[in-house]
Amino acid sequence: MLVAVAVFPGTNCEIDTKYAFEKLGQEVVLVFHKEEKLPLGTDLVVLPGGFSYGDYLRSAAIAKFSPIMKAVIEFANQGGKVLGICNGFQMLVEARLLPGAMKRNENVHFISQFHHLKVIANDNTFLQKCSMNELLNVPIAHGEGSFYIDDAGLKELYANHQVLLTYTDDKGNIQNPNGSVDSIAGICNKAKNVFGLMPHPERAIEKILGSDDGVKMLQGFLN
Amino acid sequence: MKVIVNIQLKNGVLDPQGKAVHHALASLKFNEVGDVRIGKQIILDIAESDKESAQKRVQIMCEELLANTIIENYTIEFPAC
Repeated sequence: MLVAVAVFPGTNCEIDTKYAFEKLGQEVVLVFHKEEKLPLGTDLVVLPGGFSYGDYLRSAAIAKFSPIMKAVIEFANQGGKVLGICNGFQMLVEARLLPGAMKRNENVHFISQFHHLKVIANDNTFLQKCSMNELLNVPIAHGEGSFYIDDAGLKELYANHQVLLTYTDDKGNIQNPNGSVDSIAGICNKAKNVFGLMPHPERAIEKILGSDDGVKMLQGFLN
Repeated sequence: MKVIVNIQLKNGVLDPQGKAVHHALASLKFNEVGDVRIGKQIILDIAESDKESAQKRVQIMCEELLANTIIENYTIEFPAC
């Protein structure tokens, strides 16, 4: 599988993401934001974490107009699989490839810690290797990760099984770190080819570093 | 001409920054403050003399980039100068 990881000025998780997918035996290419095309034969595009364009104006507000994003949007609209992690998730909502919007964390702090997530839907590519209601321990690191969507949009998300993950404690009870609507940590689009989450599965791939729960998440994309 | 764009979180969308500042004001004994909302002001200098067409252009800028209309409202002002 060929994984294209987009790199913007201020992106800082591209190497971790590359390392994670290479550890899973996949070929990974870093693609600079000025490129207008994705590498031929790209199977998965990952928009990694970081602070693209310094988070100026709003997180990911400027990144969505980068040349490479035109190609990513086209790729997604043709059914190509796209995964947005953290700042990448923010790009996907800013580009309207995913519904909703991202706000400052409710407590106004940047939060960097391990957090438990509960699997809410696994009838999709991304979380197919996970069980329903399974708890995953994955790091979060963000200042603007409070997911917002209006009531009608939220209903639609649930109706189509687009709510993928929620923040919980280690027993599976809701524990909302950032004020996200319904404690939502990750969603997908209706067609289930575009996925976004604030937590960092690529930072949870080795037990020695605290958790390898991210492995089975990323493995969902492997054929 | 100068154009001022004010961007605010929509009513009903929680403003955590406003809340934190409200709390700080209350701890300084400014008890008369009932609510605080924080927004952004963007001042544009535009090569355009017609106010109406400037208004139209800036509106497109707001919709495409300056505001996220899912959570934010914007107003466009022309300061007297």
